[in-house]
Amino acid sequence: MASRPRIGVYICHCGTNIAATVDVEAVTEFAKNLPGVVIARHYTYMCSEPGQALIKEDARKLGLNRVVVASCSPRMHEPTFRAASQEGGVNPYQFEMANIREQCSWVHHDRDEATAKAKALVVAAVAKAARLEPLEDREVGVTPGAVVIGGGVAGMVAALDVAEAGFPAYIVEKSDHLGGHVADLNRTFPDLEPVAEWLPGLIERVQSHPNITVFLNAQVARVEGYVGNFEVTVSGSKVSGSGLGEPGTHSLQVGAIIVATGYKVFDPHRKPEFGYGLYPQVITTLEMERRLAEGDLAVDGKEPEHVVFIKCVGSRDKQLGNPYCSRVCCMISAKQAQLVRQALPDTRVTVFYIDVRTFGKRGEEFYDEARRSGVRYRRGNVSEIYRRGDRVVVRVEDTFLRRTLEVEADLVVLAVGMEARQDTDEIATLLKLPRSADGFFLEAHPKLRPVDTAMDGVFLAGCCQGPKDIPDTIAQARAAAASALIPLLRGTVPVISETAVVDPELCAGCGMCVEVCPFGAPALDPLWGVSRVNAVLCKGCGACAVTCPSKAIQVRHFRPDQILAQVDVLVE
Amino acid sequence: MQADIQELAKELGLGLDLLGCIQCGKCTGGCPVSITTALNVRFLVYEALVDALPDLGGMEELWDCTCCFTCVERCPKDVRPAELIISLRSQLVESGKIPGTIGDALMSIFRQGNPLGFAREDRAAWAEGLGIKSAREGCEVLWFVGCVPSYDMRSQAVAKAAAKVFQAAGVDFGILGTEETCCGNEVRRVGEMGLFEMLVEEGKPLLESVGAPTMVTTSPHCFNTFKHEYNLEGMEVLHYTQFLARLIEEGKLTFSGKVERVVTYHDPCFLGKQNHVFDEPRAVLQAIPGVKFVEMDRIRERSLCCEGGGGRMWFEGTNTEERLAFQRVHEAAETGAEVLAVACPFCMSMLEDAVKVQGLEDRLKVMDILELVAEAM
Repeated sequence: MASRPRIGVYICHCGTNIAATVDVEAVTEFAKNLPGVVIARHYTYMCSEPGQALIKEDARKLGLNRVVVASCSPRMHEPTFRAASQEGGVNPYQFEMANIREQCSWVHHDRDEATAKAKALVVAAVAKAARLEPLEDREVGVTPGAVVIGGGVAGMVAALDVAEAGFPAYIVEKSDHLGGHVADLNRTFPDLEPVAEWLPGLIERVQSHPNITVFLNAQVARVEGYVGNFEVTVSGSKVSGSGLGEPGTHSLQVGAIIVATGYKVFDPHRKPEFGYGLYPQVITTLEMERRLAEGDLAVDGKEPEHVVFIKCVGSRDKQLGNPYCSRVCCMISAKQAQLVRQALPDTRVTVFYIDVRTFGKRGEEFYDEARRSGVRYRRGNVSEIYRRGDRVVVRVEDTFLRRTLEVEADLVVLAVGMEARQDTDEIATLLKLPRSADGFFLEAHPKLRPVDTAMDGVFLAGCCQGPKDIPDTIAQARAAAASALIPLLRGTVPVISETAVVDPELCAGCGMCVEVCPFGAPALDPLWGVSRVNAVLCKGCGACAVTCPSKAIQVRHFRPDQILAQVDVLVE
Repeated sequence: MQADIQELAKELGLGLDLLGCIQCGKCTGGCPVSITTALNVRFLVYEALVDALPDLGGMEELWDCTCCFTCVERCPKDVRPAELIISLRSQLVESGKIPGTIGDALMSIFRQGNPLGFAREDRAAWAEGLGIKSAREGCEVLWFVGCVPSYDMRSQAVAKAAAKVFQAAGVDFGILGTEETCCGNEVRRVGEMGLFEMLVEEGKPLLESVGAPTMVTTSPHCFNTFKHEYNLEGMEVLHYTQFLARLIEEGKLTFSGKVERVVTYHDPCFLGKQNHVFDEPRAVLQAIPGVKFVEMDRIRERSLCCEGGGGRMWFEGTNTEERLAFQRVHEAAETGAEVLAVACPFCMSMLEDAVKVQGLEDRLKVMDILELVAEAM
């Protein structure tokens, strides 16, 4: 039986954030008389050192076994106050927070009404706190090693960092070679460095690393388990010293997964106005890379007199469902345009653009270099291409001249953007990863958690998360590897305690919880026919608890009696 | 002012999104009349955005727009630039500042139900003696003949060909005769929203009262407005090229004769660019025995406008020297085609005139697809 509640209640002013709108003294006086409350105080900043000290000292001196703080959102300071409670000898799960800032003082003007609402939030929190049970934090062990899906630059760099830290890394590459799209490039911006000078070395380092195993022509077939202990089934061929092995199925036990599946090059057939596929003079930047590598810029055996670049093909286009900027095409165009000027000094080179976005380190300088090399930048989004004799005509408005032009050209290069790969869906389903509206994988937080995903232990690297250039890709790959190394190096992962539990006496084995869970935590026990929840997978979201028709599943810390106690005091 | 125009467009039921514009120029770059006239829709959007629109009364080029909607089709931001022109035209209509010939056409539609100045009671004169029943008797297919095919002598031949083809294929069809009234597609596009609303209010119940599951139109312009702007219930709207392609596929339309000619095809903007009906007209032409089908360079999404839409049938335009139709008939002739096939009464009129003016009559004949089909029956 739980001990009789001895509750401490602390009302935070948050400077004037709360105190200006809510009468904190009145709320404190009100809280003092609530059942189980031993002490109620208010203070300028509860999250400050002296604020936390109040909780710790009261808890020890008065023998508190529950703590309620009325302040900001639990997303802000729940961990702070849980820690303070624990230091004062109170179980951290017997702490409850009332949000009187975001949900009260920040959204109301009337002081009396805001104060009444703050009281209501406090009385509900106190009612719940009285019924909270002590829970224990737990940890599980971690299987050393990581699976990296994708053998492009992102995947290789991530695998190398994991391997260098002393853990096994497994690269699962869909094609028959490592290197990804970068292997199709000639030189890279902004230094015009030949890819051949660094990519083969990177591939060699990966292939010869004792901690790295590469699978080619390979796909992830199944993923089971949870952060720290994944079982990844791979179908494909293992590369060994003697070459490519027979295709087969491989089961890999790892603690983390890095997704580095890359992107798809936009297919300009979807922009019929450019006549791509119809006119040999119209090519993509990727095809131009090959031509530049081979030094072959001739069209019909003749040196082109005029080469035109068209930017934003397949990007910044709502109609195609690609509203985003692909971030690399401006620099690729500037690079290729310069290389054409270098190779053919008599050839006129025009870049038609909507905006020039050569951001990033050395980006603007590179744009300067392109213009100084004689590349003409004209502002206008090319609308159409058609044939005139053995040349093509580019129909475009020069928006500065305010005049529509028919520009004849011998070679037109479409700066094609990046799209989410078609198999993004399969990977998303396998790993239960959400995607953003643009189709790419969604990071856990756009600023604070850029390489994490909604699934613990699964990290993102490179263009599968959104278009980026090689430096950004490598930075993100190394960040993903570093994040994956956290559980691997710790050797354990914490498990949240507010998880779902099944009462096997009530469970009818209907399986609705299994269907509704986004994390794959519940499963039907084949022997007993009742649901069991894997506490490591469970995020405590409560979807199962509200779905269960026989109320056999409850989420710890959010049990019906605890929630109903809050509701009851509010409707009284 | 910017907000006023955006609000006006919304009230008119237009999807114009001024604030979405990034001034990329894709619209003007693809506008067929942007080289030959002063019309620059991208710049108009800019002027509207920064509240710098000049007095529209003197802006004659506003009436140059053919409403081909190439700008709408291609705009990467879904701004729908042509709808700014329609909004501005509607303001001019309100204040009565419109070209006289357009005013005459609108008045004729209001009084007689057609823009050509003919009497309503003569609308079905072309059909006399052809054994075409009234749709009022009940029919599977309501054939909406359209104003130009009903009154214009050249287009009447197309209407007669259609009747012959439908009859041969055993189609249970009827027409509305003198009850048929202008669809209003161009009325809406010249900005006469009040008259258009009236046409819909009267037309919609009339069309629906026939109870035919299918309506087939001769003109892509009627097809467009019925399909998208009438919200017709229980009635599938087809252009005749779609209908014929279906009849051929079902084996209901067969050919006993041949048309041994080289034929090319001009995509009407209201059928092709705006409704993406590209394959059916070609399928029909290629099904005709003897036809050697050749393509021009600028086809489908890149087709060149004939300059007959958006009210241009009633307004010469600010540049009568460099007509797009002139250019188009040369492109057709260059393919070696003897016949330039069309699927729209406006295209027929514009391109046939152009063939004459350009002296190509010995080399190139403009024919409607329906006429070629009828010839091969």
